[in-house]
Amino acid sequence: MSEAVREVNGNLVVSLTGEIDLDRAPEARRLLLDCVKRSKDVLVDLSAVTYIDSSGIASLVEALQWAKQRGTDLCLVAVSPQALRVFELARLDKVFAIHPDLDAALAGEN
Amino acid sequence: MAAVAQETPTQTRTDDAVVRIQGLQAHYGARQVLHDIELTVAPGEIMVIMGGSGSGKSTLLRHLVGLMRPTAGSVELLGVDITRAPALEMQRLRRRIGVAFQGGALFSSMNVLDNIMLPLREHTQLDRQTMEIMARLKLEVVNLAGAEDLMPAELSGGMVKRAAVARAIVMDPALLFFDEPSAGLDPAVSSALDDLILKLREAMNMSIVVVTHELESAFKIADRITVLDQGRILTVDDVAGIRRSDNARIQNLLNRRAENAEVDAETYLRRLTGEAAPAGDPQAAGTKQDAGAV
Repeated sequence: MSEAVREVNGNLVVSLTGEIDLDRAPEARRLLLDCVKRSKDVLVDLSAVTYIDSSGIASLVEALQWAKQRGTDLCLVAVSPQALRVFELARLDKVFAIHPDLDAALAGEN
Repeated sequence: MAAVAQETPTQTRTDDAVVRIQGLQAHYGARQVLHDIELTVAPGEIMVIMGGSGSGKSTLLRHLVGLMRPTAGSVELLGVDITRAPALEMQRLRRRIGVAFQGGALFSSMNVLDNIMLPLREHTQLDRQTMEIMARLKLEVVNLAGAEDLMPAELSGGMVKRAAVARAIVMDPALLFFDEPSAGLDPAVSSALDDLILKLREAMNMSIVVVTHELESAFKIADRITVLDQGRILTVDDVAGIRRSDNARIQNLLNRRAENAEVDAETYLRRLTGEAAPAGDPQAAGTKQDAGAV
């Protein structure tokens, strides 16, 4: 997994890539929590993620909880159909704001 | 024993099979209990293994999950021959396989959450917070949210089964084994567990092997059914093929279900107690006559 963080319109855009599995999730978790600590809204771009398992999803859940505790927000962008099915199974689609692409996320559109 | 009747051509032979059993033979002492088992399971498939008591289905499952070693033959899971794989390879493989045991196999000294986290503790270096969230996610999936702090002794039979499923799927296995998921459950709980199995395949694209003697459950969830009889594969077919089979042993299996479905509790009770049937109840009257004839 490689990743990039950039600032767009006052938000932090975190782009995760590749497979986020048991081996890679700790790295994703550290990155996400570091971003949340910067007290800006975080958009997590998953468009280049080829696979995400429960450990990766758990990292997103923890980061969302941290963001809410700090009064900021964390939303997801371009969740793959595979991941979306898992989100729906665990009803996480009711917890996260999920946007189809970055433009929609920046505009605040679902 | 007569030659094995391989009735159908539906036994998948694919290079990417997630389960491939070849020439499997097993013995308990001098008694042979599995004979020349050949079986494959395709990715994303739900394979149900059925058979009556003593058919060998539980023994086959024990070989599939590595609890028993065969006398001869091989068992390949996700490309790894578990009868020959070195310990390190087996350890890697176990991260990709889940097993929901019939009795749950929960540790009585641990609460539900710790039971579910156990595979994560054993096989990963994840921090505790991530493990807890993963375990709670799986409790949501199996509809056991809020049961984290309960001890196994405080759970109903259905809850134990669901907790066992949560533990089996906590690492998102590619291959999941169920041992008699419906055993001991009332029909509604059993049906809900079947729905869960279907959802797991749909959402997580798991390949699933279910050992059961429950025909209703098998017909609901199976892509294909393997019928075992006296340690041999009688047939491997889809649900429609099993239903229309003219094999006498398979028909016996189906008819056993029909007999069970037709039991009328009141009539049966009257028959046992010798109580007179209500006027105008031909079924009960007939039963009395039958009883009288005996």
